[in-house]
Amino acid sequence: MYTVPLPIIGTDMAWRDAAKRLTGAGVRPADILWDYGTGMGELFATATPLPPPSRKVKAPKSFVQMADVVVWHKDPQRFARLYGLLWRLRHQPGVMQDRADPELAKLRQMEKAVRRCQHKMKAFVRFRDLRQGGDRRSFAAWFEPTHHTVEPTAPFFARRFADMDWMIATPDVTAQFVDGNLSFHPGQPKPDLPEDAAEALWGTYFCNIFNPARVKIQAMTSEMPKKYWKNLPEAQHIHDLIAGAEAKVRKMQEAGPTIPPERVQKIKDQLRKRQNDQ
Amino acid sequence: MTQLALSEKLAILSDAARYDASCASSGTTRRDSRDGKGLGSTEGSGICHSYAPDGRCISLLKILMTNFCIYDCAYCVNRVSSNVRRARFTVDEVVQLTIEFYRRNYIEGLFLSSGIIRSPDATMSDMVRIAKRLRQDEGFRGYIHLKSIPDAAPELIAEAGLYADRLSINVELPTDRGVKAYAPEKNPTTIRKAMGDVKTRSAVAGERSYTGKRPKRFAPAGQSTQMIVGADGSTDATILGQSTRLYGDYGLRRVYYSAFSPIPDSSAALPLIKPPLIREHRLYQADWLLRFYGFDVGEITAARTDGNLDLDIEPKLAWALQNRALFPVDVNRASKEMLLRVPGFGTRTVGRILQTRRHRALRYDDLLRMGASLKKAKAFITARGWTPGKLTDSTDLRARFAPPPEQLSLF
Ligand code: SF4
Repeated sequence: MYTVPLPIIGTDMAWRDAAKRLTGAGVRPADILWDYGTGMGELFATATPLPPPSRKVKAPKSFVQMADVVVWHKDPQRFARLYGLLWRLRHQPGVMQDRADPELAKLRQMEKAVRRCQHKMKAFVRFRDLRQGGDRRSFAAWFEPTHHTVEPTAPFFARRFADMDWMIATPDVTAQFVDGNLSFHPGQPKPDLPEDAAEALWGTYFCNIFNPARVKIQAMTSEMPKKYWKNLPEAQHIHDLIAGAEAKVRKMQEAGPTIPPERVQKIKDQLRKRQNDQ
Repeated sequence: MTQLALSEKLAILSDAARYDASCASSGTTRRDSRDGKGLGSTEGSGICHSYAPDGRCISLLKILMTNFCIYDCAYCVNRVSSNVRRARFTVDEVVQLTIEFYRRNYIEGLFLSSGIIRSPDATMSDMVRIAKRLRQDEGFRGYIHLKSIPDAAPELIAEAGLYADRLSINVELPTDRGVKAYAPEKNPTTIRKAMGDVKTRSAVAGERSYTGKRPKRFAPAGQSTQMIVGADGSTDATILGQSTRLYGDYGLRRVYYSAFSPIPDSSAALPLIKPPLIREHRLYQADWLLRFYGFDVGEITAARTDGNLDLDIEPKLAWALQNRALFPVDVNRASKEMLLRVPGFGTRTVGRILQTRRHRALRYDDLLRMGASLKKAKAFITARGWTPGKLTDSTDLRARFAPPPEQLSLF
């Protein structure tokens, strides 16, 4: 029996390394206990160190790519499921093409969930200006992802916000980008970030880009589920926007057409003259 | 004139911009700022940073430079004859708003349009200045969409294309007659000419010259346009016919359909009623069928005699119900073209079916696991261990999918 400790930071490489050694040595899935982030593994694992790395282990590229995503899922069974499939791939290399294989379908579903979570993180992180002075501006955000998506998603922010320093704090991992260097640290409770005046302007934009004549609440919540709202400054306006929409539309209808302002005729005459001249 | 606060201007000029349906920020070149000298990135597909309660994606800061306008388009809240409050951003304000919103991860970039002030050229050159400052002074590498002013000089459009990812000009209404009636100062021929120019310039930018040098990139995310639906009397067949021509003749990336929305201080020339939003939705579905599923306009609009789409059911289903003799199709044998015509099968599902059936014959459960929507599809397919029996020909098949009649609201 092997107990394999997996760290919260660098989970992907740790799992891949262990999985390679274990399949290389022919260790059956039932003989492995994957121990994520408890630190307890160290206590039990001493008895059986992992087998040495073997060069013979081969897995299809599509599996490796999928595993690199699935390891960040929150389901405790993810490592065992991945290893189970890796084990089967030794004798059934075609499984990866079988979109209807139940085990693969489950893993693909998990992969999709992580990708969606990454996508939502790219969308919904909201930075606040820390106004610290200095050459580079610095910003910070608090975010609560569904899966362990900070580490695989942070490079996106590094590519996008390279000329500023930033931090994304989450309950389990904190990503930091300082002077162009990205690093990861243990998570933390929600930090106290300074107020940022830009949030009020963003709220103004959100309220005015909304068209009260076409309320479609479900279309909004399916893409921006409520669980994200508490960290989105614009979400505080949603309730009032919906509540006031019907009245606003009715007011527009009741108001009816108005009489054009006086300057109109003059402007129109000028314009007509210019268009005729051309 | 009294000075408006920035937040008041933003309120007025985003309110005025919301009737443009597009907020897309995808399909441009890949860029990032890893060199530390600029700000921003674009990586293929755009990101929706928020959703308004109207269900629309908010990806870009979509604003007007000004809502003063000397034209009098009946459907537009900014027309000269409306009594709406007016405002105008300075170049600097637009640049700062874009950068500060971007740094906080609110947006992918800027979508700038404008009412026409002074003259089309003066307006267009202010817009170009904004884009140029973002790119050159601020090192901005995010997304920029400029809505060109139809009568602006070709040189200005050419310059705009150097900084913008996408250029658009709205054809506004599906027919020239409609444009004449509702946008009397606009000229459909000029609009088409401008679209033709953009197409030519993009094509040239894609070719290497004889020295092997590539010319400067030109609006790499292409051009798009928008049509207002429900303001004039055009049928869906007319609208989709126009779209097909636009996609073909001008290489447009997207045609947007915007259900005419009652606006504050509406002109007497237009209806004040809400058109059914579902019509816009059906047009988008039909548009996809035309572009990615091998349908043509005639087939899609044949289900009804009045040239309009069925509002109760999606166009692919409507077509399948009209052509039941072609169904059920065997998922283990049917051609790709035919699989694409099965209601409930998307391009992705069809891809998975084709991939997997090389290995083994597919059963009903396999299709479920692939993510096919079998609620619709099951009446139209056979699979190992599954035949729809009489379901395909049953007379109440349409009723199964059409929604129950809507309750009337007290209004
Ligand atoms: S040109 Fe017509 S559509 Fe454009 S802002 Fe002016 S009135 Fe509105």
